[in-house]
Amino acid sequence: MDRRKSIKAMFAGTVTSGFMFSGCLTDKEAELKSSDIAEGEIVAGGGYGRTPEELARDQRLVSETFFNEHEMATIAVLADLIIPADESSGSATDAGVPEFIEFIVKDMPWHQTPMRGGLMWLDHESNRRYDLEFIKASEDQQKAILDDIAYPDEVKPQFEHGAQFFSRIRNLVATGFFTSKMGIEDLGYQGNVPNVWDGVPRDVLEKHGLEYDEKILTQSIKPEERNDVMSWDDYEV
Amino acid sequence: MSFQIKKNASVYDICIVGSGAGGGMAAKVLSEAGYKIALMEAGPRFDPANPEQQTQLKWSYESPRRGAGTTRAFGDFDMAYGGWEIDGEPYTRKDDTKFDWFRSRMLGGRTNHWGRISLRFGPLDFKRKDFDGKGDNWPIGYDDVKPWYDKVDKLIGVFGTREGLANEPDGYFLPPPKPRLHEMYLKKYGEQMGLPVIPARLSILTKRIDTRRGACFYCNQCSRSCTIYGDFSSSSVLVKPALEYDNVDLFVNAMVREVLTDENGKATGVSFINKTDMEEYQVKAKVVILAASACGSARILLNSRSEKYPNGLGNSSGLIGRYLHDSTGADRAALIPSLMDRKRYNEDGVGGMHLYVPWWMKDASKHGFTRGYHIEFWGGMGMPSYGTGFGMENLNGLVAGKDGNMKKAGGYGASLKDDVRRFYGAVVGMSGRGESIPQKDNYCELDPEVVDQYGIPVLRFHYKWTDDERQQAKHMQDTFEELLTNMGGIMLGDKPGADEDHGLHNPGRIIHEVGTTRMGDDPKTSVVNRYNQLHDVKNVFVMDGGPFVSQADKNPTWTILALAWRASEYLNEEIKKMNV
Ligand SMILES: Cc1cc2nc3c(=O)[nH]c(=O)nc-3n(C[C@H](O)[C@H](O)[C@H](O)COP(=O)(O)OP(=O)(O)OC[C@H]3O[C@@H](n4cnc5c(N)ncnc54)[C@H](O)[C@@H]3O)c2cc1C
Ligand code: SF4
Repeated sequence: MDRRKSIKAMFAGTVTSGFMFSGCLTDKEAELKSSDIAEGEIVAGGGYGRTPEELARDQRLVSETFFNEHEMATIAVLADLIIPADESSGSATDAGVPEFIEFIVKDMPWHQTPMRGGLMWLDHESNRRYDLEFIKASEDQQKAILDDIAYPDEVKPQFEHGAQFFSRIRNLVATGFFTSKMGIEDLGYQGNVPNVWDGVPRDVLEKHGLEYDEKILTQSIKPEERNDVMSWDDYEV
Repeated sequence: MSFQIKKNASVYDICIVGSGAGGGMAAKVLSEAGYKIALMEAGPRFDPANPEQQTQLKWSYESPRRGAGTTRAFGDFDMAYGGWEIDGEPYTRKDDTKFDWFRSRMLGGRTNHWGRISLRFGPLDFKRKDFDGKGDNWPIGYDDVKPWYDKVDKLIGVFGTREGLANEPDGYFLPPPKPRLHEMYLKKYGEQMGLPVIPARLSILTKRIDTRRGACFYCNQCSRSCTIYGDFSSSSVLVKPALEYDNVDLFVNAMVREVLTDENGKATGVSFINKTDMEEYQVKAKVVILAASACGSARILLNSRSEKYPNGLGNSSGLIGRYLHDSTGADRAALIPSLMDRKRYNEDGVGGMHLYVPWWMKDASKHGFTRGYHIEFWGGMGMPSYGTGFGMENLNGLVAGKDGNMKKAGGYGASLKDDVRRFYGAVVGMSGRGESIPQKDNYCELDPEVVDQYGIPVLRFHYKWTDDERQQAKHMQDTFEELLTNMGGIMLGDKPGADEDHGLHNPGRIIHEVGTTRMGDDPKTSVVNRYNQLHDVKNVFVMDGGPFVSQADKNPTWTILALAWRASEYLNEEIKKMNV
């Protein structure tokens, strides 16, 4: 195996915990990862460990369509108003959020009527105000509607239904974005790789006014000993 | 060796039903002793290292629902084939009972995804009645079980620390991992309240115990089952080695219906439905061990009706199914403002908490309840999955924004996006898991009308909590609130009041259901003897949580394992003495 690659993989895993012991993680361990699957490739277990029944269900859902084109276009506009691009990452549509929402409402049918109805509500409100469908309204006009429904604690009675819908789609957009590859990177989640936990980085502990006391330090696992086979010779219970 | 059979002429020495904690242990111990064994499992084969089944190290976005729990109760990557409801395998409830029953149908049962919290019962836990007058004592005590706990520790591996606490026995512990940041907070403020905040005791290999299994590489995903077997699952740690012997035949997709008996009332084997062809078959055996989970085994016994045993096998006491009890549970969470805007680093750690609080009071009666509970912690910068970013309107109005001004809850746009980042890793929660008092009137029985898709009569549950459990939940809520508030936390959601039983979960929800074939010396008041053997039928044993007289303020599995090992050795001796 390529030694350089394995050191890189190891580094990726351990440097984040502020700590690196060469030899703590074996080459084989450092290489472990979720399988890379090319798009469109058919893989056993659907590529994420499905049972045959689960896989059949996934495939059925994917083959169905719930939202029509206009609804999808409205979702896309809303999604990017909720999660726009900024200096750290792209927008909700860049991260494929509308496609995620299309799948989720088929997977969780209880979202269907509130979502479809909510989109209708939005067009109705936009037509009422501007004589325009929501997606045809200007961004300022769109935001004026959102301002009336995006703050659940102070919604006027006539906007209650809109606010209910907005909370739902805000949830779906936010979660769709922050669970995408782009969103996870944006959030800075650094796990899901083989690594060796050796505690909270020292500077972080200090910042929070905490420290590992002598007891914790002596009793905790030493990273370099993790691959030794435990011996009970001098151990008494 | 393993195969699925159509017809089997051979007679096995031992037939084991179920491959979870209890069945796996029996298979391991008795296969080593050389017996010819038929291991019956209602679900399919499972190996976490099988790429078709593996979910470890998958990213949320590899699932189209981002890991949501639509088809698997605890999320897409959780390693339980089954859940609270299983198609074609119903159960029913009566008298407004809210009992929920979690089943996993797969090799290894529920040990593939369990929480790995591996606690010994303490001396008091076997003799609670002596102390508080409620329920019943176990016929055995800590000293009877201690040697088996010791063996389980060494065979399977568990991390922890020797603390010398009176009713939290120490074991053969691997070194624990260092605490995470939120756990350091909980330790600091918990200790100020006088709570013992100590390293968790989880069956995860922070260090190797043999050359078969790898050491944990800290992915926080034990609930997905570990591809290098760094955590304990019965499938990989017990059944896999047992199958390396020629004398074990594994029958998968084999749904056992009943235990067969002869005219003398002795068991002769089991009948089962092969799920693949939906036909019924029989396996002959000289001894039958039931380990289909506490309610699963009770169901098989109740369904084993004959002229000699009209109320089911081993049921002369009429107690099979009775004294069903689960742990109590209640939870609460808070936003910890000082954990906002956290520096990012890999905080995965092991697949569970690094610290916990064992029960700390000697006597709780002045608080209006009898038995104790332990506290589990959660929090940290975990892998974002379905639900991450939900409910921002419940968080972002609680604290000042980056500019120092309070915000209106909710919103959208760049500032909302930034809020998700700010709150990531700032919510900390805790769960109390406590001991309930077993009641004869809480039970499962056969539903007189309903069968499952295999034609097997199903269970019907009747279960009511008492004030003991409700008052305990109230105390949990008060403790959570005090600790989280001391940490500077802003409590999330309303504190559940008496009208909601103080947030006490429905029975069954903590998935520690035990007691349905309880142990005792008197055949009139118990179903099995001190060695998990039916009083009525000497060649039938129950080796799951059924024989528990009481469930301590601990999780049950380490005790299931220890008792199964102990009972298997007893069976081995009895066979040698020709007593069964
Ligand atoms: C989410 C979760 C977290 C948990 N966390 C912990 C924890 O941290 N600590 C702890 O101690 N416990 C925990 N538990 C509980 C633990 O999983 C159980 O105590 C343990 O698995 C019980 O072992 P068992 O052998 O009795 O049954 P199971 O593990 O349920 O195994 C029973 C097996 O029998 C099979 N079976 C059932 N009926 C039949 C039949 N008729 N014919 C053939 N086969 C049959 C099933 O398919 C299954 O494989 C947790 C459970 C869950 C669900
Ligand atoms: S946390 Fe450790 S033991 Fe658990 S699955 Fe990950 S590597 Fe395996």
